[in-house]
Amino acid sequence: MYKYDNYDQAIVDARVAEFRDQVKRRMAGEITEDQFKPLRLMNGLYLQLHAYMLRVAIPYGTMDSRQMRMLAHIARKYDRDYGHFTTRQNIQYNWIKLEECPDLLADLATVEMHAIQTSGNCIRNISSDQYAGAAADEVADPRPWAELLRQWSTFHPEFSYLPRKFKIAVIASPEDRAAMRLHDIGLELVKQDGELGARVFVGGGMGRTPMIAPEINPFVKADDLLSYIEACLRVYNRYGRRDNIYKARIKILVHEIGAEEYRRQVAEEFAHVKTLGIDPPLAELERISAFFAPPAFDAGEVELDRSDPDFAVWLDQNVKPHKQAGYAIVNISLKPIGGIPGDASSAQIDVMADLAEKYSFDELRVTHAQNIVLPHVAKRDLYAVWQALREAELADANLDLISDIIACPGLDYCSLANARSIPVAQKIATRFADLDRQRDLGELKLKISGCINACGHHHAGHIGILGVDRKGIENYQLTFGGSGAEDVSIGKIIGPGFDEDGVVDAVEKATEVYKKLREGDERFLDTYRRVGLDPFKEAIYG
Amino acid sequence: MVEFRYRDDEVTEQPSVTLDAFLDQSNATAVRLEPDDDARALIPFLDRLTLIEVAFPKYRDGRGYSSARILREAGYTGELRAQGDVLVDQIAFMRRCGFDSFAPEGSLNPEAVERALSTYDQFYQKAADAAVPVWKLRHG
Repeated sequence: MYKYDNYDQAIVDARVAEFRDQVKRRMAGEITEDQFKPLRLMNGLYLQLHAYMLRVAIPYGTMDSRQMRMLAHIARKYDRDYGHFTTRQNIQYNWIKLEECPDLLADLATVEMHAIQTSGNCIRNISSDQYAGAAADEVADPRPWAELLRQWSTFHPEFSYLPRKFKIAVIASPEDRAAMRLHDIGLELVKQDGELGARVFVGGGMGRTPMIAPEINPFVKADDLLSYIEACLRVYNRYGRRDNIYKARIKILVHEIGAEEYRRQVAEEFAHVKTLGIDPPLAELERISAFFAPPAFDAGEVELDRSDPDFAVWLDQNVKPHKQAGYAIVNISLKPIGGIPGDASSAQIDVMADLAEKYSFDELRVTHAQNIVLPHVAKRDLYAVWQALREAELADANLDLISDIIACPGLDYCSLANARSIPVAQKIATRFADLDRQRDLGELKLKISGCINACGHHHAGHIGILGVDRKGIENYQLTFGGSGAEDVSIGKIIGPGFDEDGVVDAVEKATEVYKKLREGDERFLDTYRRVGLDPFKEAIYG
Repeated sequence: MVEFRYRDDEVTEQPSVTLDAFLDQSNATAVRLEPDDDARALIPFLDRLTLIEVAFPKYRDGRGYSSARILREAGYTGELRAQGDVLVDQIAFMRRCGFDSFAPEGSLNPEAVERALSTYDQFYQKAADAAVPVWKLRHG
């Protein structure tokens, strides 16, 4: 894991001091709320329906146990004893007091954490594959590249007032676990003649106009990366639309001028930027990479005792193969039936921190599906880990099943929402509470957004649900066929919307159609893609 | 009105003209760039210019930051002024992009500006100012 040196720490400490001063000026009335807004937003502080919400950055979703415990401490001391893990691998606290915020940020800074650029029209937290460093299919660990980008993007003087927010994801596997092509910039590390470089995709995103990012460059070398990304951003900063907030994301620019013209403009800008000497030497990437060296794996391969049936189910559903023999990747579901997707109590956060320290080389990951990962667990320890998780009500064996729902906070918290998301997620999970039934349905990614901004990734759901406001009444539209994985696609609206109970019924009917029509080991998504919408429509509206 | 200036030379008295006017009649030495003007149109004339004023009609519109860097990267050494909706907490970014004078619409507290400019002494990126980026400090 990356460790701050004095430079990194000085920058984060300076930010705490600066924000303390800004809050003081706001409290004293020296600056108006309108002037304060962009300042607090660049520190991840939103004014929501009921209180301030603070979003804390978890760079590329990686933490150690000390940092995880700090998240529990923050929840206990400054919030209501819980936190909400987000689709951007961050954590949000919903009940923050403005006057306590500077102390909160100072606490975070003691464990090399911050809330820098977790909101605002700037480059946001860099996200990555939650299995980085553990997945057998990766060409390299993507996190050193993400850290390089984190540093480059932190307080970037030219790109802090972009037309709109800007999200970058970095992966290094053919299997996409980070919805890479649904980001403003998606990077996939690849090898060409033995050399590591990045495939660059630009202009993806969800929101009201979902788009899949086209490839803009098949191979950017490591020592050109920052120049190239700087060129991508400069073209956007200069020519991205600023007349309409809904058309201001880079996906609209790339779409309007076309990928080819955007590529040409970036190439031209890159030829110039490359002469400026903004790329660090490769030694800097090597310095960062050394922090991500594989841990000292020393456990041998073992035969797992599957005699406890609950344990066996959890193994099959939530535990994934590790690149190192004798080890496994453990997924901790934050989706208990009837719970709030992504929420964890302080006590649960502490349990996960303890388990990471004891069994996972002190590492944890947050996933974009709002779950937690222990990336490096020796197989011989899996039973002990499972027992501890079960004790903390963290052993739901529903990874990637229909109750492993992504949901935005919705109208229960969010000032932008048109409809509630959480109760719909709870009702669907409860309807499908029977685990055997869920497992029979297999991988089925269901995602719920409470408004068109799509924070709940509904466009990328095998089944997506979008909450809208229809004449003052919450109404839910269903979409089928989306995917955020390597088979990326955007879901299509199937027909007229439903009320809250109606959408739960419609989802159930869709699963029945799937069960009837599926062939072989087809997933819901595969069957839908093969047979099309008609049989589903007929069952739901017929 | 110029409230903050970080240069020793004389203030240009000539009023600035629009980019279109400048490109039409070429003897002006001061130009004003709106957010949607292409700063690169000035590159052939930089050695003749003593003042380029970059307009910020709204603080949220960040195009002027790129204009400033493009001008400095092209070798412009004259006065580069940020004019308009310029806020205290933007001045440090603007200085890094090459601005060296500021004409904010609302008056700014000089003490607050001074504080904003001295908050950070380490920077991750190489930009248009003289700051040495952290990676260079790490690797020499």
